[in-house]
Amino acid sequence: MANPCAIAGIGQTRHASQRADVSIAGLVREAALRALEDAALTFADIDAVVIGKAPDMFEGVMMPELMLADALGAAGKPMLRVHTAGSVGGSTALVAASLVQAGIHERVLTVAFEKQSESDAMWALAPKIPFQPTVVAGAGGYFAPHIRAYIRRSGAPLDIGMRVALKDRLNALRNPYAHLHQEDITLEQIAQSPMLWDPIRYAETCPSSDGACAMVLVSEQAARSAPHRPAWVHASAMRSEPTMFAGRDQVNPRAGQECAAAVYHQAGITDPRREIDAAEIYVPFSWYEPMWMENLGFAPEGTGWRMTLEGATAFDGDLPVNPSGGVLSSNPIGASGMLRFAEAAMQVRGQAGEHQVDGAKRALGHAYGGGSQFFAMWIVGSEKP
Amino acid sequence: MSEQVYGIKVPIRLDYTYVVGTAPARFLRGLAQGKIVGQRCPSCAKVYVPPRGSCPTCGVPTRDDVALSDKGIVTTFCVVNIPFAGSAVKAPYVSASVLLDGADIPLFHLLQEVATEDVRMGMRVEAVWVPNDELQPSMNSIRYFRPTGEPDAPFESFKEHL
Repeated sequence: MANPCAIAGIGQTRHASQRADVSIAGLVREAALRALEDAALTFADIDAVVIGKAPDMFEGVMMPELMLADALGAAGKPMLRVHTAGSVGGSTALVAASLVQAGIHERVLTVAFEKQSESDAMWALAPKIPFQPTVVAGAGGYFAPHIRAYIRRSGAPLDIGMRVALKDRLNALRNPYAHLHQEDITLEQIAQSPMLWDPIRYAETCPSSDGACAMVLVSEQAARSAPHRPAWVHASAMRSEPTMFAGRDQVNPRAGQECAAAVYHQAGITDPRREIDAAEIYVPFSWYEPMWMENLGFAPEGTGWRMTLEGATAFDGDLPVNPSGGVLSSNPIGASGMLRFAEAAMQVRGQAGEHQVDGAKRALGHAYGGGSQFFAMWIVGSEKP
Repeated sequence: MSEQVYGIKVPIRLDYTYVVGTAPARFLRGLAQGKIVGQRCPSCAKVYVPPRGSCPTCGVPTRDDVALSDKGIVTTFCVVNIPFAGSAVKAPYVSASVLLDGADIPLFHLLQEVATEDVRMGMRVEAVWVPNDELQPSMNSIRYFRPTGEPDAPFESFKEHL
């Protein structure tokens, strides 16, 4: 049985399309120092550093962990880099948590980042390889056909994606760190935004952000001296599947279903929709909210869109999804997964300020990456398990 | 007053040799002859194209080559309206998942000779090849796919491939 792991410190940067005021090192330090301050610790108290980011090809900085070791106080300590594409922020947190759960370290600093202003993700995600013509235009070009398949399979009304985009952008107004603060956004504006990758409109896609997130994960013993109430890891899981195999369901991937089943089982959850108070899930394109509602077992297959339509996933719904504004409002890619994990922990710590879900006791953090092939999830709670 | 400098642009370039492996090499050589070669898994009988030399589900080597038709159906697609660096064609264009007749996994390719608003899931399409003297061991030997005009395939027939 794993040792308990607590989240004693959480920090994130102000996310923006360009943080020209800081280098990559400055960006990760901003998040790390806030997490340390929250935990009333310094770099000297940390036993190990676990860092993650999306593909190096984005910024063109190969193995950035090499040049960040000093900025993150890792000299003389173990430092690990994790990489699982878009889900990396989540899996980085889970690797860090496992070092505490295994009893190897008392206090682990985990950090994830992306500096998209120094990057060309569209180019990096449109690879030239001998097997396919260069027609897949970035992540949108890859995911749009799967969204089309979801709409066809579920018979969802065509405005569901726009409703998700509106909800998340309005939630972001409650989050001072969010990149997008669109005070006057309306459904009509979203409907009229350009169709980039039909059926994905511009306003239904995530922004391109600079940002970082950090957490201090500690043992039960170390949690006793934390100044603020910690969140506790109740369950954690990662699952993978091949990018391509015959009969692969890219709308409702098996790895996601199995990962969700694993965390519910560990946390003793049998009815996730009732037993989880808030969810921060990885929704880079608005239609992924209803798709993941089904994949995560919150709604039967083909009905996830009803949760959006009926307001169940709204801030005042029975399962608030992405009260922070989610990936649709801030997308520093490598950090986006960790932000989901951190925001879930903030909810159960009662630390989420204006976007706090009243009385949240148990929350889900979720990230996915690659061609929907890597999944990482944790369930955090206000009580020690 | 001098301008503040926050960063500089440093272009990087990466040329690399890609070793494809024996099964994909047969696929690429097939393209140079105007043929599409897949491989069947001896365990689950699924036909993979391009073949990778092993079945990702069963984890066994695939050795039986299968000659595939250059006709198939559009399972799903995306209308790309956004230009990007290195794009093969000018936007707007349709990129489609094409399930070739006899294959169990779709290929991704360009769809042309049809108005973007007329593209449908289930549409029958065929490959348009480059002239014989321009054939090469590359997917570029197929210029694009175009509709055949045959009736659409029913949704049930390809829903397992979405």
